[in-house]
Amino acid sequence: MIVEIKLPEISENVDSGDVVKVLVSTGDTVAVDQPLIELETEKAVFEVPSTAAGVVSEIRANVGDTIKVGDVIARIDTEAARGATKAAPSAEKKPVTAPEKKAAQERAPGPPQPAASGEGENEDNAESLREAVVAVAQEQGAAVPASPTVRRLARELGIEIHRVRGSGAGGRITSDDVHAFAKSIIAGARSGAAPAGAPVSGTRALPDFSRFGAFERTPMSKVRQITAQSMAAAWHAVPHVTQHDEADITALEAARKRYAPRVEAEGGKLTMTSILVKVCASALRRFPDFNASVDVAKSEIIHKQYVNIGIAVDTDRGLLVPVIRDADRKNMTLLSVEVNELAEKARNKHIMPDQLEGGCFTISNLGGIGGVGFTPIVYWPEVAILGVSRASMKPVYDGADFEPRLILPLSLSYDHRLIDGAAAARFLRWVCEAIENPILLSLEG
Amino acid sequence: MAADSFQLVVLGGGPGGYAAAFLGADLGLKTALVDLDENPGGVCLYRGCIPSKALLHVAKLLHEASAAKAMGVDFGEPKVDLDALRSWKDGVVRKLTGGVGTLAKSRKVEFVQGRGRFENAHTMSVELATGGARTLSFEHAIVATGSLPVTLPMFDAASPRVLDSTSALALERVPASMLVVGGGYIGLELGSVYAALGTKVSVVEMLSGLVPGADRDLVNVLEKSAGKNFKRIMLETKVTAAREDGEGVHVTFEGRTSETARYDSVLVAVGRRPNARDIGLENTRVGVSERGFVEVDVQRRSAEPSIFAIGDVVGEPMLAHKASHEGRVAAEVIAGHKVAFEPNAIPAVMFTDPEIAWCGLTEAQAKEKGVEVEVAKFPWAASGRAMTLERTDGLTKLIVDPKTGRLLGVGIAGAGAGDLIAEGALAIEMGALVSDVKLTIHPHPTLSETVMEAAEVFFGQSTHVYRPKRKR
Repeated sequence: MIVEIKLPEISENVDSGDVVKVLVSTGDTVAVDQPLIELETEKAVFEVPSTAAGVVSEIRANVGDTIKVGDVIARIDTEAARGATKAAPSAEKKPVTAPEKKAAQERAPGPPQPAASGEGENEDNAESLREAVVAVAQEQGAAVPASPTVRRLARELGIEIHRVRGSGAGGRITSDDVHAFAKSIIAGARSGAAPAGAPVSGTRALPDFSRFGAFERTPMSKVRQITAQSMAAAWHAVPHVTQHDEADITALEAARKRYAPRVEAEGGKLTMTSILVKVCASALRRFPDFNASVDVAKSEIIHKQYVNIGIAVDTDRGLLVPVIRDADRKNMTLLSVEVNELAEKARNKHIMPDQLEGGCFTISNLGGIGGVGFTPIVYWPEVAILGVSRASMKPVYDGADFEPRLILPLSLSYDHRLIDGAAAARFLRWVCEAIENPILLSLEG
Repeated sequence: MAADSFQLVVLGGGPGGYAAAFLGADLGLKTALVDLDENPGGVCLYRGCIPSKALLHVAKLLHEASAAKAMGVDFGEPKVDLDALRSWKDGVVRKLTGGVGTLAKSRKVEFVQGRGRFENAHTMSVELATGGARTLSFEHAIVATGSLPVTLPMFDAASPRVLDSTSALALERVPASMLVVGGGYIGLELGSVYAALGTKVSVVEMLSGLVPGADRDLVNVLEKSAGKNFKRIMLETKVTAAREDGEGVHVTFEGRTSETARYDSVLVAVGRRPNARDIGLENTRVGVSERGFVEVDVQRRSAEPSIFAIGDVVGEPMLAHKASHEGRVAAEVIAGHKVAFEPNAIPAVMFTDPEIAWCGLTEAQAKEKGVEVEVAKFPWAASGRAMTLERTDGLTKLIVDPKTGRLLGVGIAGAGAGDLIAEGALAIEMGALVSDVKLTIHPHPTLSETVMEAAEVFFGQSTHVYRPKRKR
């Protein structure tokens, strides 16, 4: 039997991705869960596994293709796996050309069949439909509520006026709306009407670098593009302040070493990061304003009743932030297992887009590399992020003597629209105290 | 060679072509304008809008003079001196085209009188009117060759009894009777000129109503008065045969009216076809559609990147003001501006008596496209100004988006509708709400108040119409 492997639901708001690598070839025998392709979406790069075992009879996805949820990635012959001759599938291996595909579909009219969702035909239809929609939109019936001058302005800025939301009476688009839209695109703000990947215009032209020496241009990876957009948007939208503090982790470090083998037996790694997830989850419950988002348009604050914590992971593709769900309801052992797993997945491209969203607060630990402090950027729409630098032995005066203590520098960046300096100082102080006196976690967390 | 090389060459000197050439020159392009006539102007100035409006003005004078009897003023029977009328009309055309010629000169647009033909994507040869030929090389060209009247095979186009819009405007004589084939704006406008001069005019139209494309309630206003001006209007009727003898043209009809009747003359006004043939487009990559229109993109650029096209030759609506706007857009694009032809409202005007004008979305289009609209109408019987003009035969209607209150279309039937519609076009282009129109003070007593009051009707608050808004 031939089974079609289709692109599954990836996550909310993600319905397509670019094929960056095809990991199998026609004739290969594959097992269930064996990765077939590597797909890059707006949110992540991950591998799409096979849902059937058998011999690959056809690969529909090619490197560079954009495929949608439901599109066929490959066809797998489940019978062939059981010792069929190699010759038989090779006869079927003949590439199916577009006209043949079309003819096959014409021969099979009637209700829509799953087999008819070959990418070529579908995209043709989608394309012609899109053209038709544009054509209709350009007719008088779908006139845009913007004065001719404003429409020209949009054209000059390279903006499709249909995509601009008008702020005037009856949705009338003003020149201010067009400028704001242009700015939102530049900032990469993905909120509201600003589309991802829309033409960026108005950014300042780069100088001619060849005047200064040789250089090379390389395309940005999708992860890099997304990071660039979301960081610029956050930087633009969020008034940042960073609060610095220090925690004495001498006792904690000893405990960590003592209990690490127990956690390891459970499959996790008790690290400073996983401990901080627990501490921060408790802190977020204690200080609800840090587990919130700001809705500027409605002048409202959204307080979340769940605690999901993101961990910034440095991968060879760039920065990814997997999210640990319900961190407040898990113990440190569980959290250690999960942090370890997610970080591993992020590095190995096994992470799914929905594991990269829904965070309430982020921890970025650069302590493994070094540094005495830094100012992380709030991961919008979150309102705070904790930066962790390298712990070091410092002499601490205890009133009589200088004691060598292991001191961990912590940097909390926060959204000053919602959080004031005193609140941030209190939050970070509580985190430090909980690190120093873990009983606080049970007492107040 | 340098003298014959241009940054912009415009082929066709109509209102689209000369507007394009003038703006091109104003934007600093070295520009040439090629046309067959002595001066720029094209069909519009020589054989269309302008002479027909001159004659329609006379028709209006005649109507008003006769209507004056009811107001206690009797001018007596009018005497029409056809030669004097013709030369007055020709004088208007001469003055106007001469003026446009002067404007071309003062802008240093080189006017080349002759028949232009594309040799390739950057060369045009012109058979000069004065004899000889010239080769113009260009960076960009704009095709603005307009359109020609469609002929019907059963009528002998060479016969002096068979007229098209051009020969009808030449006004050789006033026939005793005339059949106008085609109930569109050209047939009705020219038919009313001849009717006013004393010809018994009949109109035959294949479709079920006059003026296809306009909303029926507007056309109804016209049909009422056309019924008085015209001898007969035959709808849903086709001309199947015609035979000419010494007494006139015998025309056979089929359809709702099936008979044969004799007419002194016949005016064929069944439409216009684009004029894209015989201009050498086959020597370029310019695409021409099955219907003969030059295919262009939103910037009016053809498949040949150096060649643009505008006006009647690129498609409906075949209107001078649409052509001028397109021409100016094309010139701006060529001059390097990032613009496009993207109007929200192109006004259409029929200079019949009464006039019909509309712009933006019509009620019929809304129905066809499934666009939900609300329509507000103000009958001119409630307008003080209309009453003082003895012209209460009118209607102003607004087509409104019920969700946003935005004005999507305006339709006006009545005296001076063509001038009144400009307000509607501006309102639509500006994205005005019906409340904006309502709250704009209009001068009293004028017909423009009907637009404001129609907006008041939308809210069930018209001062002069009592029609409370139904609760929804």
